[in-house]
Amino acid sequence: MKRIIFTLALLLPAMAIASTELHLEKAPTDITDKAALQEGAKLYVNYCMGCHSLNYSRFERVGKDSGMTEDEVKQNLMFTADKIGETMTIAMTKADGVNWFGVAPPDLSVTARSRGVDWIYNYLLAFYVDPARPFGVNNLIFKDVAMPHALWERQGLQKPVYETVTEGGQSHQVIKSLEPVNQADAAKAENYRKDVLNLVTFLEYVGEPAKLERQRLGIWVLIYLVILTIVAYLLKKEYWRDVH
Amino acid sequence: MNNLLTASLEWIDARYPLSQQWNEHLAKYYAPKNFNFWYYFGSLAILVLVLQMVTGIFLAGSYKPDATLAFASVEYIMRDVEYGWLIRYMHAIGASFFFIAVYLHMFRALLYGSYRKPRELLWIIGMCIYMALMAESFLGYLLPWGQMSYWGAQVIISLFGAIPYIGEDLAVWVRGDYVISDVTLNRFFAYHVVSMPIILLGLVFVHILALHHVGSNNPDGIEIKKQPKNEKGWYLDGIPFHPYYTVKDIFGVGIFLILFALAIFYAPEMGGYFLEKNNFFPADPMNTPLHIEPLWYFTPFYAILRAIPDKLGGVVAMGASIVVLFFLPWLDRSPVKSIRYKGMVYKLALFLFVVSFFGLGYLGMQAPTPTFTLLSRILSVIYFAFFLLMPFYSVWDKTKPVPERLTD
Repeated sequence: MKRIIFTLALLLPAMAIASTELHLEKAPTDITDKAALQEGAKLYVNYCMGCHSLNYSRFERVGKDSGMTEDEVKQNLMFTADKIGETMTIAMTKADGVNWFGVAPPDLSVTARSRGVDWIYNYLLAFYVDPARPFGVNNLIFKDVAMPHALWERQGLQKPVYETVTEGGQSHQVIKSLEPVNQADAAKAENYRKDVLNLVTFLEYVGEPAKLERQRLGIWVLIYLVILTIVAYLLKKEYWRDVH
Repeated sequence: MNNLLTASLEWIDARYPLSQQWNEHLAKYYAPKNFNFWYYFGSLAILVLVLQMVTGIFLAGSYKPDATLAFASVEYIMRDVEYGWLIRYMHAIGASFFFIAVYLHMFRALLYGSYRKPRELLWIIGMCIYMALMAESFLGYLLPWGQMSYWGAQVIISLFGAIPYIGEDLAVWVRGDYVISDVTLNRFFAYHVVSMPIILLGLVFVHILALHHVGSNNPDGIEIKKQPKNEKGWYLDGIPFHPYYTVKDIFGVGIFLILFALAIFYAPEMGGYFLEKNNFFPADPMNTPLHIEPLWYFTPFYAILRAIPDKLGGVVAMGASIVVLFFLPWLDRSPVKSIRYKGMVYKLALFLFVVSFFGLGYLGMQAPTPTFTLLSRILSVIYFAFFLLMPFYSVWDKTKPVPERLTD
């Protein structure tokens, strides 16, 4: 134990230097919440899937895991696909994406695992008005992102609040926080946060659909292994009685 | 029924040494009776090897070694293949558990001097297994074709380029291309599923034969085979491996599988240590990640590589950090084997070595900064000093007298 503490103490200054990363607010997702999954899936196909495919995800599986019937899936999620077993691909080509936005919008099947759930959550909350950008918005988490604020209808717009920071005798303005541009948009804030949470919950699920199953199955495997280990221990004890 | 079994066994024994092998390696293989916690990891490493082979065969059934299909085929396994996620997690997380078992197994050798005479060859064969295992996991890590797969391989293969004269040609020869590409993926797949498993199995077989020839060491570092035998024909401090250690190892397997299952079902990514976040981005040869890092089990050596400002120097130091382990049996000149009878000097040296190994492991995961580079250099010096100064401090060390018989 002393050794571990000593090692940690030795590494402490190193860790302090390393933690200059972006601070992200934790997304309180719960992928067992079927209502959130359904709502998130609907938002996704309506607002995101014009550009972002989910190439490895299938409509049928999404429906099954979020508790929707086949008809509900067809009515709410499938606008261009006609077979329920199809993957959630899009019509837009990569070349179109590059022409229209400068970069092809990425497939989001595993983005919740690469960027992380919290990152997407914070990113979707961090769009703000910036007339210098081609689509009129910029993002605090992903500076100069090529993506327009696809959900602006639901959130409205945010503007930056600046503060003056003095560093080494020079003062400059940095963005302290974001606030809604007007009263009407301020009223939408709470609902939008819920929308983003549902979307992120859906993306977390899509990133690893097996997560629901593995957490359910794991407990049975563990119970079995614990019993096996107890039996193995008793067997060992019985055999070893005559040693020494 | 019993007669039939006996007759069958006799029939086989007349044609194949079945009973003889059973006795030599299990029923009449005498192991010291005081094996402790550290002695579970040999059998556990064999268990993981078998798990990796079985899950690997299933994975190869659905995986596509093709640069345009590889990433998608892994996600296909994770989603559309029945229990594919379980097999894939067992394999990917199994790699980390393999290294955990092997590192603890090797550390046991450091604690109890298991590499000392007459076990020098046993240790060297073990080091060959360790190197084969590193090659195997490096080759396998390219297969998911994520960003870290791609750029990790790019960085490591480009190290061949540092070798004077032939370096660049050698790197092209290894890759089969000027950069990591579909050709590289295809051949790495072949090495990963055919060449390396054969080499690994062969080496493990020889490792066990060598062990059973010289006999197992123990926490006291006493040669039990030099003791007289009792009325049952056992060495005084020895017990037959079967059934005593087979039942004991089954208990070890149970504990190990509980930890393994906890990782598979509840923490497969282990905060990015077992499955790196960046490897969920598909490989993109046009887009170099800001920060390229190998998986945790390579990071101590990666930190040594980066600690040296010169590329060739770094490669040489990294190679030396592993090669030096081969010489351990001759570097240690202490009159005793086990740490139980070694003095404070060796204990302090081993402690510093452990600190340097963990410290380098941590630093190898971080983006390089001037402070980190300085720390890496200090820890690299400690790492090498542990080995290179051992011929001196192991002699100066004040050892305790070793008893005739095992103490517990």
